[in-house]
Amino acid sequence: MRIKKNIATSENGFIFNPATGDSFSGNALASEIILAMKSGTDAEQIKQSILQKYEVRADQLERDWEDWMIQLKEANLLEV
Amino acid sequence: MVIAITGLNASDNPGPGVAVIRSLREEFGPTLTIIGLSYESLEPGIYLDNVVDKTYQIPYPTAGTSALTERLEYIHTIEGLDMIIPNFDSELYNFIKIAPWLRSLGIKTFLPTHEQLSARDKINLFDFGKKHGFKVPADHQLNNLNDLSKATEELGYPLVVKGKYYEAYVNHTADAAQKSFHLLSAKWGLPVIAQQFIKGTEINIAGLGDGKGNTISVIPMRKLYITDKGKAWAGITIEDDALIKLAQKFVKVTKWKGGFELEIMRDADGELYIMEINPRFPAWIYLTAGAGQNQPAALVRMAMDEDVEPFTEYTVGKMFIRYSWDHLADIADFQQFSAFGELSVAKVNL
Repeated sequence: MRIKKNIATSENGFIFNPATGDSFSGNALASEIILAMKSGTDAEQIKQSILQKYEVRADQLERDWEDWMIQLKEANLLEV
Repeated sequence: MVIAITGLNASDNPGPGVAVIRSLREEFGPTLTIIGLSYESLEPGIYLDNVVDKTYQIPYPTAGTSALTERLEYIHTIEGLDMIIPNFDSELYNFIKIAPWLRSLGIKTFLPTHEQLSARDKINLFDFGKKHGFKVPADHQLNNLNDLSKATEELGYPLVVKGKYYEAYVNHTADAAQKSFHLLSAKWGLPVIAQQFIKGTEINIAGLGDGKGNTISVIPMRKLYITDKGKAWAGITIEDDALIKLAQKFVKVTKWKGGFELEIMRDADGELYIMEINPRFPAWIYLTAGAGQNQPAALVRMAMDEDVEPFTEYTVGKMFIRYSWDHLADIADFQQFSAFGELSVAKVNL
């Protein structure tokens, strides 16, 4: 699943969907992940980067990633 | 340039006049004189001396065109009007009718035709959608309570009950629907309209057509905060080609001349329903100026026979947040307007 190209993010985690006018407050990591997704980095690479930077187990990250994707879908931020 | 403008009722259910004036002042600056045309003595715009230079009371639309022309002739002899921009649905019929007479006096307008006005009327909207391939919720015209019963059988609840010109209520029971019917028929006359309820996101589009099928401007706005009267109290410009194309199609099939507003509901499947088409600028029209497509100014330029190229870009994410502000006025101003039907606030205060 790819994130919509026109989604705007700021460094402090604010996310804006210009097609719907919806806005969301995330954190800096959310913004970082969205930027990586927008630039075409694949999910495995992003997860590897998170595993290297943060103290998190791979199985925990996998569960959080699934939850993240559900949230993005519900927020209408993913390409259909 | 002297332009007369109606719709100075900047209340919680605002007319577009003050926003239109603000847009024009931004474009034309101090060369512009604004003459307010008001129906009631407590329309806030009358008392805002940085908005309106002078205001005249005019007769209600029900008084007919002869009362209107008589009053406008008087105003014109004093002010030398170059243009009139009417901003209420209910007054448009008369202003369109007298447009040739106004033109003979040298007063410009930029209005749709009676046929265009009628085609998008709430009463004809469903047929209009069917004819041109727009999605429009099913509706029924209500002239009595029997009509309401038939409409609820077919459309079910929630049921939207709308006034002929203004106001709409979402009803969940028969009692509530009957109350809405009585209230709206007493206020705006018959027929009242029952419309199928569509659940979704409310989006409005402000547009401007040149009368030849070309769209000069389209700005879509998502409502962010909605009052209990269904009015946008905050909104944001959005980017969606489907909305732009919908507005362009509307202008093309109607050859719409002037400003308009499409009230859209986008359902969960992304389908766009036209809930209403307003034949004039909306009260949030200043957002179009803020977003880079000053629609009132473009309308004036077209009325003055200037060539206006269609706008192609606007700022996405430009917001408006309406606010309440207690403007103080002197009783002398109120007395002047109530007694004589004309007021220049600055002059009275001097």
